[in-house]
Amino acid sequence: MTAVQTVNSTLRKLPPWTLYIVGAIWAGWLFYLGLTGGLGVEPIEALEHRYGKTAFQWLLVGLAVTPLRQHLGINLMPFRRAIGVTAFFFVLAHFLVWAVLDVQQLSAIWADIVERPYVTIGMAGFLCLIPLAVTSNNLSIRKMGAAAWRKLHKLVYPAVVLASVHWVWLAKGFQIEPLIYLAVTLGLLATRFRPTRTRVA
Amino acid sequence: MARRYKSNLTWDDVTPEHLYLNRRQIMAGSGALIGAGLIGGQARAQEALEPNTWEEITTYNNYYEFGTGKDDPARNAGSLTTSPWSVEIDGLVDNPGTYSFEDIMSEVEIEERIYRFRCVEAWSMVIPWNGFELADLLNRVGVQDGARYVAFQTANRPEEMPGLRVPVLEWPYREGLRLDEAMHPLTIMATGIYGRDIPNQNGAPMRLVVPWKYGFKSIKSIVRITLTEEEPHASWNVANPREYGFYSNVNPNVSHPRWSQASERRIGGGLFARREPTLMFNGYEEEVASLYEGMDLEANF
Ligand code: HEM
Repeated sequence: MTAVQTVNSTLRKLPPWTLYIVGAIWAGWLFYLGLTGGLGVEPIEALEHRYGKTAFQWLLVGLAVTPLRQHLGINLMPFRRAIGVTAFFFVLAHFLVWAVLDVQQLSAIWADIVERPYVTIGMAGFLCLIPLAVTSNNLSIRKMGAAAWRKLHKLVYPAVVLASVHWVWLAKGFQIEPLIYLAVTLGLLATRFRPTRTRVA
Repeated sequence: MARRYKSNLTWDDVTPEHLYLNRRQIMAGSGALIGAGLIGGQARAQEALEPNTWEEITTYNNYYEFGTGKDDPARNAGSLTTSPWSVEIDGLVDNPGTYSFEDIMSEVEIEERIYRFRCVEAWSMVIPWNGFELADLLNRVGVQDGARYVAFQTANRPEEMPGLRVPVLEWPYREGLRLDEAMHPLTIMATGIYGRDIPNQNGAPMRLVVPWKYGFKSIKSIVRITLTEEEPHASWNVANPREYGFYSNVNPNVSHPRWSQASERRIGGGLFARREPTLMFNGYEEEVASLYEGMDLEANF
């Protein structure tokens, strides 16, 4: 068996719902650390950042599913929904920490969303993801029809781009990490928009 | 000349740390206190503030020369050699030269100053500094007529400061004050916290503390002080003049383009800490507002 076959057969043994459990435990563990001092002396900011970054990482894993299959033959398809829903779950957690623990005031939440471009952009990314999370079930696919469903789910592309701009924008000074995420995002998107037909010379 | 600034803090210079930590009603130095003083030996209650713990003050830092994460400085700053240390003092002064840390310390009086510390990122602490008034050092070297500003520079040692490898800002870090701000009795050079030597991550061996300005003005690990006629280069101001003004006085009414400055979060309140309103000039309005009389604080943010 090749390495890829080993990976695929191992993945097949893993039911996708394990991802939800892992995500929920991870989110709960971070919250627990925040409560008990494990995230340092400013747990609100730390939790906000940890959830935001985890959300981003799951979004990128989601974007990697197709190129991994096409180019390496690794099949993460059965996990795609769980990956997307987990990503959304962390975005939601990120948003809730921001709104409830960080900003705290309804008027200030609204003011920040409309006045601060990096928050506006993050919010736009979050809004893009809501219809995707809501339709991540078989019933929706059946009702919408596969083509329309697939089209709707292309919203994940603008969502990830918005998320990376969100991060680049909020970073103070010139920082490398958000730029790396932006580059990975653009790289993963580029694998999709490569011309499929060879050009006539 | 020291002790021009009086707060009615009741502890003496040798209060051990466990007492600091246990005392629930420590008074922050503030204008209200200067004005009110001690009334019949009883401190006024309205300004009761509790200093942050040693752990909070020394593990949550912005010191980009050691990394941009809040915990990076505590992890990485150990590599900074702070002894021997000297400060070059030049520009419009009578006695320019290189002053060793010991030499500077031999002619100043170290005091305890418990100040609010407000970061531009909208978090804050209360810190019991030990230090001396900058005016005493400037008077010693003799400020010449014509000097209107003071420029400061942080150490620039890539081999000891891993963050310098990344051009987050234009290195070395630089800051500046108007001369009257620098001479103000609230402005100190801090050399200690809680009576101990100031840790590297907080700006050892000597850093500026200007309590009515956003924290980034309080430049760390100073190696050079220059008296100038022109407004000096200030790192954040140069990096992004729209977001960081030269003055950067704490002002709840002028928001940073990316976040509000109307409120702040005191470090130490845990996961459910409430935001508190930010005070004009960080609570030092009575002492410093006169420095800016007639100035448009929105234009000169
Ligand atoms: C597509 C969804 C989103 C993703 C993937 C995302 C991701 C991130 C990431 C990676 C960070 C930086 C973490 C770090 O520095 O370690 C961040 C910070 C932040 N995000 Fe989001 N975000 C999203 C949506 C939102 C939304 C909807 C809001 C609020 C309405 C928001 C508000 C913030 C804030 C306030 C910060 C921190 C700013 C600071 O530390 O000063 N984000 N986000």
